[in-house]
Amino acid sequence: MNDKFVVKPFGNTLARLGEIYKELVVVDADLQRATETELFQAQFPDRYFDVGIAEANMVSISAGLALSGKTVFCGTFSSFITQRVADQVVMSVAYCHANVKLIGVEPGLASGRNGASHQAFGDLAIMRAIPNMQVYDPGDATETSAIMRYMMENPGPAYMRVPRGNTPVIFDATSYQFQAGRSCQMTKGKDVTVIAAGIMLPRAIEALKILEKKNISASLINMSSIKPIDEELIIKAARETGCIVVAENHSIYGGLGGAVAEVVTSYFPVPVVRIGIQDKFGEVGSIDWLADKYMMNSQHIAEGAVKACNQKR
Amino acid sequence: MMTGIQKIENLRWKCLEIRRDIIEMIHTAGSGHPGGSLSAVEILTALYFHTMNISPENPQWQNRDRFILSKGHAAPAVYAVLAERGFFPKEELLTFSASGTRLQKHIDMTLVPGTELSTGSLAQGLSVGVGMALADKMDKKERYVYVLIGDGESQEGQIWEASMAAAQFKLNKLVVFLDNNGCQVDGYVRDICSLDPIEDKWRSFGWHVQSVNGHNLNQIITALENVQRSEKPNMIVAKTVKGKDISFMENRPEWHAQALNEEQYQIALADLSGVELALRKGKEQE
Repeated sequence: MNDKFVVKPFGNTLARLGEIYKELVVVDADLQRATETELFQAQFPDRYFDVGIAEANMVSISAGLALSGKTVFCGTFSSFITQRVADQVVMSVAYCHANVKLIGVEPGLASGRNGASHQAFGDLAIMRAIPNMQVYDPGDATETSAIMRYMMENPGPAYMRVPRGNTPVIFDATSYQFQAGRSCQMTKGKDVTVIAAGIMLPRAIEALKILEKKNISASLINMSSIKPIDEELIIKAARETGCIVVAENHSIYGGLGGAVAEVVTSYFPVPVVRIGIQDKFGEVGSIDWLADKYMMNSQHIAEGAVKACNQKR
Repeated sequence: MMTGIQKIENLRWKCLEIRRDIIEMIHTAGSGHPGGSLSAVEILTALYFHTMNISPENPQWQNRDRFILSKGHAAPAVYAVLAERGFFPKEELLTFSASGTRLQKHIDMTLVPGTELSTGSLAQGLSVGVGMALADKMDKKERYVYVLIGDGESQEGQIWEASMAAAQFKLNKLVVFLDNNGCQVDGYVRDICSLDPIEDKWRSFGWHVQSVNGHNLNQIITALENVQRSEKPNMIVAKTVKGKDISFMENRPEWHAQALNEEQYQIALADLSGVELALRKGKEQE
């Protein structure tokens, strides 16, 4: 791990994929700078369509293109691509097995500067409950690109949260490989397992340093594939450490924490502490300020880990 | 080679057969949407037995014309047409809406040969049709995408989003029928949320608009031939009668979604026998 950043990994990767895959088509709803698709449009204007401010239409048109053999990326803010057009996502895309990759920009706290109307805290819960839908929340720039390549190679509906602009690099691009339903164990400990995804991953890495000072030995798992989920590794973590804390950029209802709890209670019940939005709407603020206010910073994750340890029988 | 008149004559008989199928299906199932299925019969018959370039032996043939039933509740009419056209055995029609059937209340494209889209949640079918026509334009395919929408369905905002997009992308191979039967679940369209003046609306949205009597096969087929010269997306406003040819259903909103009891079933069959008699008389007069 290092402190490197990459500029616009989503937008740049999309343009690169456009060179390789002639069937790749991009559809927008008047947000091409937010979705970084202007980079694709500049190179492939014939495969880029802006339908205007009409998200429902965007999703269903994307399904039509996909049902004619195209691989379609279509995106807008994560709140709009999930909660605003949930029925189009369910009926036009998922039910019809349309090969549409739904892109949710600035998920959760990452939309801090736009406030509550743009902060999707329930997008994972919505998308996870849709049959045929795969759900990803990349933890860094390397993973963002890797998941995009994976989606190009694997037809079917998918939802990916996208960090926008400068994005940290945590994984080594030369060796990192993404596989749906497989997560990445980053450190191995014996007292507690920290499971994180998306923008919570760097915070979870910091939390492990705090725990180390308290002499708590923690495993860290990056779980960017939220559906399908890596049941095997979750069960293994539950067996090995006896408790879990989940750090998620989402409501504590129905997201990664819920998904982990579902697996644990089904196969190997251990305490699961969920660090995330506590059933609240958001507000404007920097991501760090919001993470402090909504009790989702590294300190809170570490405290959650201690709480989970104390709940062990 | 059949003459035009004989061809239309045959299509009329086909329409009668399809209406009988619809009544049998909905009566057997004990549920379904007869009104909006019966109003669309001539439109579907003209498309599937006259205009569309399709292959029942190879439903996924890559150059086929495509049809989307955006008003998904008229599925019985589409199933009847597909069966009559040979996409699947006609006996299967009586499984409509039964447990375990392929013929769901609203179309499931993964189950029924010859269908292009699963619908039932209104207005999305038109947007998907826009996407399909857009893909054809990108790929320089010459085929047509046909979509059937309802008038009640046109109260959905997404219909007008799709309408703007089709004009913007100049999709002149997109042909949309409006089954303008004037009724919706809660009453008459004009009393609930009027669409008038509907032709003007579509024209002002940048479409090539034609108006036809939706039960006149000659007019429908002529309109379908006219679209070949259009440089805009095509709207054919078809004035229709909800529950067409069934005496107690015609223009009655309550027959949007209702099954027939035994007495009503017998009356419906008698009504269709009357249609058959009229067709025979028409033939004798020629």
